[in-house]
Amino acid sequence: MSRNVFRTGTVIAAVSCLGLAACAPGSSGGSSASKSNASAPAQTDPAKLGKVTLTVWDQEVRGGQAKQITQLNAAFQKKYPNITIKRVPRSFDDLGKTIKLALSGDNPPDVAEVNNGRGDMGAFVKAGQLLDLGKYAKAYGWDERYPQSVRQYSSYSPDGKTFGTGNLYGLPQVGEVVDLYVNTEHLQQAGLAMPTTWEQLVAAMKTLKAKRPGEAPMVLGDLDKWPAIHVFGPTQAQFVAPDDIRKLAFGQKGANWKTPGNQQAAQTLVDWMKAGYLDAKTIGTGYDNANKAFSQGKGTFLMAGTWLAADPMPALGSKVRFILPPPSKAAGGKEVSTGGTGIPWAISSKTKHPDAAAAYINFITSPEAMKVLASTGNVPVANTSEQTAATPLDKDVLTAFGKVVEANGLVPYLDYATPTMADTLGAALQDLLAGRKTPAQFLDTLQQDYSGFVAKNG
Amino acid sequence: MARNGSGRPPGEPRAIGYLYVLPAFLLYAGFALFPLGRAVQLSFYDWDGQTLGTWAGLRNYTDVFTDPILRGAFGHTLVLILFFALLPVAIGLLLASILNRARVRGLGFFRTVVFLPQVIAMVVIAIAWKQIYDPTSGFGPVRGWLGDYSLALPAVGLIGTWFEIGLATVLLLAGMSRIPRELYEAARLDGAGPVREFFAVTLPSVRGEIAVALTLTIIAALKTFDLIYMTTKGSPGTTTLVPSYIVFDRAFRTNQVGSAAAVGVTLTVLIFAISFLVNRIGDRSTS
Repeated sequence: MSRNVFRTGTVIAAVSCLGLAACAPGSSGGSSASKSNASAPAQTDPAKLGKVTLTVWDQEVRGGQAKQITQLNAAFQKKYPNITIKRVPRSFDDLGKTIKLALSGDNPPDVAEVNNGRGDMGAFVKAGQLLDLGKYAKAYGWDERYPQSVRQYSSYSPDGKTFGTGNLYGLPQVGEVVDLYVNTEHLQQAGLAMPTTWEQLVAAMKTLKAKRPGEAPMVLGDLDKWPAIHVFGPTQAQFVAPDDIRKLAFGQKGANWKTPGNQQAAQTLVDWMKAGYLDAKTIGTGYDNANKAFSQGKGTFLMAGTWLAADPMPALGSKVRFILPPPSKAAGGKEVSTGGTGIPWAISSKTKHPDAAAAYINFITSPEAMKVLASTGNVPVANTSEQTAATPLDKDVLTAFGKVVEANGLVPYLDYATPTMADTLGAALQDLLAGRKTPAQFLDTLQQDYSGFVAKNG
Repeated sequence: MARNGSGRPPGEPRAIGYLYVLPAFLLYAGFALFPLGRAVQLSFYDWDGQTLGTWAGLRNYTDVFTDPILRGAFGHTLVLILFFALLPVAIGLLLASILNRARVRGLGFFRTVVFLPQVIAMVVIAIAWKQIYDPTSGFGPVRGWLGDYSLALPAVGLIGTWFEIGLATVLLLAGMSRIPRELYEAARLDGAGPVREFFAVTLPSVRGEIAVALTLTIIAALKTFDLIYMTTKGSPGTTTLVPSYIVFDRAFRTNQVGSAAAVGVTLTVLIFAISFLVNRIGDRSTS
């Protein structure tokens, strides 16, 4: 999940230190991982583990999420009656707030959903609170189940400093990708076919702007600051090599914002603004309002995440389709887009039942589980294209995610890069769209944030 | 000065008085003073909220004055004081004197109407105004103001003005109703018109209330958080960023707890200083 997570935990942690008035902040939070069974071979037959109770904290509480985990838990219990699942469901916000304290405490859950970002999973890895899943990945063949472009989102170096490579600390169940929602009716009325290249997309916007002068062809509401990141990301992916974007977006060493490709991506948004492909009042429009306008038939394209497909668009019905951003010549015709995974399931380093915990995670991410996920309206992160869906739009979503993962074209959200990048990039994109910053100045701002962090992080 | 037997003037509080204050003081110390002290301590560290913090000295504070984004945020609150405090008190004075002078029928009704924004939760107000300013669903000329670099801050400020007018009006109206009728009669006998009457009688009599209204509204302006959080989150660019939003952002989202504490402490000092100043002026003029 790329959306904001409020870290109340930090303050609670601060309060817990109050008893020792003189202690430096953070000094009371020492934790040691139990290393007792780290070297033992993984036991992959849960039936042989004896009687075990697993405490699992999840945030699968809404609609299809709740359905899938209830089904999967029931199936797991039926298959392995010796393992009892003690499920503790919490809302996304609640889990994010409580998990920090729980993992650093003496009695953490065995399995928990832990947000990917540096402030969450990264911080827990740094503090030694999560189990390296390498042993189980090998034993269960997770490397083959999930491609590297998916695993990177829950990989960190053991010191928690490098995001995107290193050890595996969690497995997600679902995926998400930012793509293009298309109002096909508007295309037909303008005599246009579905664009299959980036150049065609831009040309289509030109035609649409002429034939439908009252509205901008590309819908974007950027009042909330972050939505433009989801337009810039896929655009950047058309001009910059995926590996370079990964370095920039994971805040890894050895990349640079000030490149011709990034310049071109930034210039593209400026051009769109000037040509009226994006509305002049884009920055003043709320994200939800813009999306609502699109679902009521305003505009032709909406660059947004798979999660919007869950919201009904009754006025559009089957007229709305969902495609990966059509690839540019510069990208070599390869489909690339911004995306990520759902919240990964991780194991506490203090658990007494690592084998059972890994067996549970293995079960809920198995090919069978992927079918359950798809049938309950989720976007399974593996074998996605094979699944069936209830509506054409849902099928589009599954196909798009499956295709981009198979092509290794998934690039991370740019705001993962540094703790401050969401703010920096959000504000800089608004400055860029409003003409307050030139593309060069825009890239300078990002480079400053990125290189400052990389220099400090090492 | 001659001292009596017990060494203190009669009626002076005895030491046992402190015992009576103790329970309340313990609560106050535990929930206000201690966290404040802890925040001051944190502000001298670089701390991510998880691992061991490192001593940063005064760096977090020098950042407040040198970082253009932080400095800008404090500048924005000064602009907000205009919209949250000065404008509402001015408008409130006008409204209150009209309501007070006219002795309109249904005064209670009008008072309620003017005061109504104060009763509504700020979050609700922010969402409603966000819709008013929205280009797709918004209202007439103010559409898209929140996305405009020069209009966003005044647009947010206007919400504050609308919100605080009620408080100022009701406070001032209460003050005006205590002014003896005779003063007005005397002014009128001396040939004063309504305007003269306002400046000669009404205004001096409600100085205390003005000081209270200003203190409350200035504090509200300086600590504005919910309004910014719900409407703009500091956008466009950083034009509506305010210190209390930065405190939240750095402490809970970007893990810069030390810096957040420094901004918070600076904001607290600023609020103290301005409130102190306003009250000194208010006190002096009433005496």
